[in-house]
Amino acid sequence: MAFDKQEAKSVLLGPIFNNNPIALQVLGICSALAVTVKLETAFVMSLALTAVVAFSNLLISLIRHHIPSSIRIIVQMTIIASLVIMVDQILKAYAYEVSKQLAVFVGLIITNCIVMGRAEAYAMKNGPVMSFLDGIGNGLGYSILLIVVAFFRELFGSGKLWGQTIFQTVSDGGWYQTNGLLLLPASSFFIIGLLIWALRTWKTDQVEEKE
Amino acid sequence: MSSKESPTKTIVVALLLSLVCSVVVSTAAIKLKPMQEKNKALDKKRNILVAAGMIEAGSSASVEDLFSQVESKYVDLATGSFVEEPAGFDQRAFAKNSATNLKLTASQDLGGIGTRSQVAHVYMVKKDGQLDSIILPIHGKGLFSTLYGFIALDKDLQTVKGLKYYEHGETPGLGGEIENANWLAKWPGKKVLDPKGEPVITLVKNVADDNNEVDALSGATWTTNGVEGMIRFWLGDDGFGPFLDKVRAGEI
Repeated sequence: MAFDKQEAKSVLLGPIFNNNPIALQVLGICSALAVTVKLETAFVMSLALTAVVAFSNLLISLIRHHIPSSIRIIVQMTIIASLVIMVDQILKAYAYEVSKQLAVFVGLIITNCIVMGRAEAYAMKNGPVMSFLDGIGNGLGYSILLIVVAFFRELFGSGKLWGQTIFQTVSDGGWYQTNGLLLLPASSFFIIGLLIWALRTWKTDQVEEKE
Repeated sequence: MSSKESPTKTIVVALLLSLVCSVVVSTAAIKLKPMQEKNKALDKKRNILVAAGMIEAGSSASVEDLFSQVESKYVDLATGSFVEEPAGFDQRAFAKNSATNLKLTASQDLGGIGTRSQVAHVYMVKKDGQLDSIILPIHGKGLFSTLYGFIALDKDLQTVKGLKYYEHGETPGLGGEIENANWLAKWPGKKVLDPKGEPVITLVKNVADDNNEVDALSGATWTTNGVEGMIRFWLGDDGFGPFLDKVRAGEI
């Protein structure tokens, strides 16, 4: 299989804006709601998911000719689950504080539709290198959305960025009245909705046709 | 194609995959275990020191060094006496095991925990041979989750030296504000017990009595009630009461 630079680029960068897994494919929303209260957790979660989706794509693509189609979903799940456990263990060993905040959500990467979606839709049909790039690309697409959402939620919800105070909040004796809604998971729906709107206004080809 | 789909092939692939995955996962778990245990223990010690006001929350001072001033003991809650460390002691596991726990009646159970371990881990800080503070582990139900924390009492055994929660699942910004350093800073100096050892602390909306009242968290009534209930429970007769009585009487 010849390595096509042009294709590699579109596979890697396409999912960031043109084919964003959250904004266009609307996958992986659940964790985007849960871990975006703070930038730090969103960032670590993004790293974890990118690693899992990249390596699961790579491994699944490597053995794709040997996976019997009758048990392919189970095989994919097993590989993904093993990778997620690895990530979880590594976080607990090297980033204990953050792993405490992410808690159950690292484990829930297993059920993140992006990982399964890419394995089934891409890695089963394409070579390992491309699949790996596809995983990184989709991971980045997820990351960028998560980080943008977390930026707004942390800044306006608690007046901070990356734990550093930006707006002095009223409860700390400052002037900024925090927006409590942004601390609740539901607020991500609004932000993601607005982002999708903005993205589709910019890239009009993403607008779905009227039924 | 046909060989790929044969039942034999399917079973072989499934078996091989399970084998490889389980080896990888268990290797990772075993290799990283010591590091994780260390993190956990360190985190607990840090929280104890924060509760006792011996370290700032974000400080990089050596937790191990500071912790060497802390004496850790095991207390039989019913009698209030020190006991040897029970084999395999884990307060949460002990609270679930019917051989090592105590079922609480509805009127006793102010913290909403159902059962508690018969033995508890307590920490004492001594200065020049004299008791300086006692740090007690507490836990109880908030709104969504069980809150775990430490409360440190001054040597008069009435005054709070510090309070710190290290594990909970309350709503960030509402009940989750029990972690807020500014709110926790309202605790030191409050009298949680009267001179006889009866819990007297309440969490209220407008603090009128600076001694026994603490500002409740707005928008977090249930969490606040949980905090009050668990402190009353753990410092009361069914919690550390007998132990504190003994310390007060000078028997320990």
